Amino acid sequence: MSSIISVANLSKTYGSGFKALKNVNLDIKRGEIFALLGPNGAGKTTLISIICGIANPSEGRVLVGGEDIQTSYRKARSLIGLVPQELHTDAFESVWATVSFSRGLFGKPKNPAHIEKILKDLSLWDKKDNKIITLSGGMKRRVMIAKALSHEPQILFLDEPTAGVDVELRKGMWEVVRTLQQSGVTIILTTHYIEEAEEMADRIGVINKGEIVLVEDKTTLMQKLGKKRLTLHLQGKLGALPDGLAQYELDLCDGGATLVYDYDTKGERTGITSLLSDLRAAGIRFNDLDTTQSSLEDIFVDLVRTS
Amino acid sequence: MNHRAIRAIYLFEMARTWRTLLQSIVSPVVSTSLYFVVFGAAIGSRISQVEGVSYGTFIVPGLIMLSVLTQSIANASFGIYFPKFTGTIYEILSAPISYFEIVLGYVGAAATKSIILGLIILATAGLFVPLHIHHPVWMLAFLVLTAVTFSLFGFIIGIWADGFEKLQMIPMLVVTPLTFLGGSFYSIDMLPPTWRTVALLNPVVYLISGFRWSFYEIADVSVSVSIGMTAAFLVVCLAIIWWIFRTGYRLKN
Repeated sequence: MSSIISVANLSKTYGSGFKALKNVNLDIKRGEIFALLGPNGAGKTTLISIICGIANPSEGRVLVGGEDIQTSYRKARSLIGLVPQELHTDAFESVWATVSFSRGLFGKPKNPAHIEKILKDLSLWDKKDNKIITLSGGMKRRVMIAKALSHEPQILFLDEPTAGVDVELRKGMWEVVRTLQQSGVTIILTTHYIEEAEEMADRIGVINKGEIVLVEDKTTLMQKLGKKRLTLHLQGKLGALPDGLAQYELDLCDGGATLVYDYDTKGERTGITSLLSDLRAAGIRFNDLDTTQSSLEDIFVDLVRTS
Repeated sequence: MNHRAIRAIYLFEMARTWRTLLQSIVSPVVSTSLYFVVFGAAIGSRISQVEGVSYGTFIVPGLIMLSVLTQSIANASFGIYFPKFTGTIYEILSAPISYFEIVLGYVGAAATKSIILGLIILATAGLFVPLHIHHPVWMLAFLVLTAVTFSLFGFIIGIWADGFEKLQMIPMLVVTPLTFLGGSFYSIDMLPPTWRTVALLNPVVYLISGFRWSFYEIADVSVSVSIGMTAAFLVVCLAIIWWIFRTGYRLKN
């Protein structure tokens, strides 16, 4: 797959001297859903703002669809739809007027059929004549998505699209995003909800303190960095762990009824075989066992802590 | 040139005008009518004539300019400040449009609105005093030039302001005094010589003088100087806006 966005050696230093981005290099593949994860203040929004033309870069170069965002900004920007993090809307305009305005702003001829389709897809059709101020937060968020899609962009940036949106609506929005991807739109989303990235993304990038710490396929990432947890459900309760098992750093939980062992799938040895034989030697028996893969959230917290 | 974008911004701004018709059009007309009652009828009845024109008629160009100046600044500064305040500016900045097109949309709408207002005030004045315009084309030219120049000035204020207080500050503290001291209600020839010299430092004097000349062929300074000074102010505003967009001042940093 070819790159639709190519960021090279990008840095941004604000007037206050704060370095929001430090030599960022990133390629987004055409047609993928890319999730950008990072704690607050990591530089996610700054990166998006520069690609979309809202902020000036201090150094570096960004190509969108092969067009330089500074020298060929018209072509580059016309490919992008942006849904910012904050709910920035005109209060007194109608939904229809504000979405049509966005289309005009991007230089596209009027196309009521297209606007109608977007509003219907986003369940906003029956609100098309309502003033935006009368809409709920979730609806306003969808109006912003409708505005971003009004000019038929090839790339859609969703900056925290489901912040403050209830679970049902969030799932509805995931559906919208998937449908968009199927129609060929490349999607870059930033999120605080790890489950969202886990659910949606093809690839994941982690940004911390203005630097891209990691970019990886989601599945590879989870395999590569994933820790597993072995839980043993004991036949009888244990008061304390025998000294012979100290090397395994086991946790005794549920009042002594379960033993929990964390191991690294990347390690040369998982230690499971020797643990099990040592348990038998110590006369500890169990009824059942299960293993669980650590979530992306655990991986993320680990990465941010160590970077 | 992305004319669809210019059109979109222009129509969006004009729609705001129609939505707030009462405060945009009706209130300036009411306040101008009050000026006629107070200055034209009450005070004017004690002043016989100024340079061969009755006092009520004499103040008409000044009153129109007073409204056009303040409204141009208010419209344009609010027009660009409000998206900054609500955050909707993100869309303008991320759209495939040039700075020139952004200015054309916003300043064009602000100037259109104040020109319409100026003409409405002119018509209102016609109800109070007899009017004869010697050079209607020049009158329109001055009106348009002033509206555009001060809308550009307002645009700069709107970009610079980072709070509603600052948005009000320049119009209140600078523009209103300059307009009142700029010969709206009197000829600067009526001032003592020292003050007359000071008055000539006030750019508004040239606007009002030129505009009044197009009505009655009476002027405080020569017409070419009036046009020159207004054009110079226009160029200064354009240069500042060019600099704002080039550096991203208060927009992209």
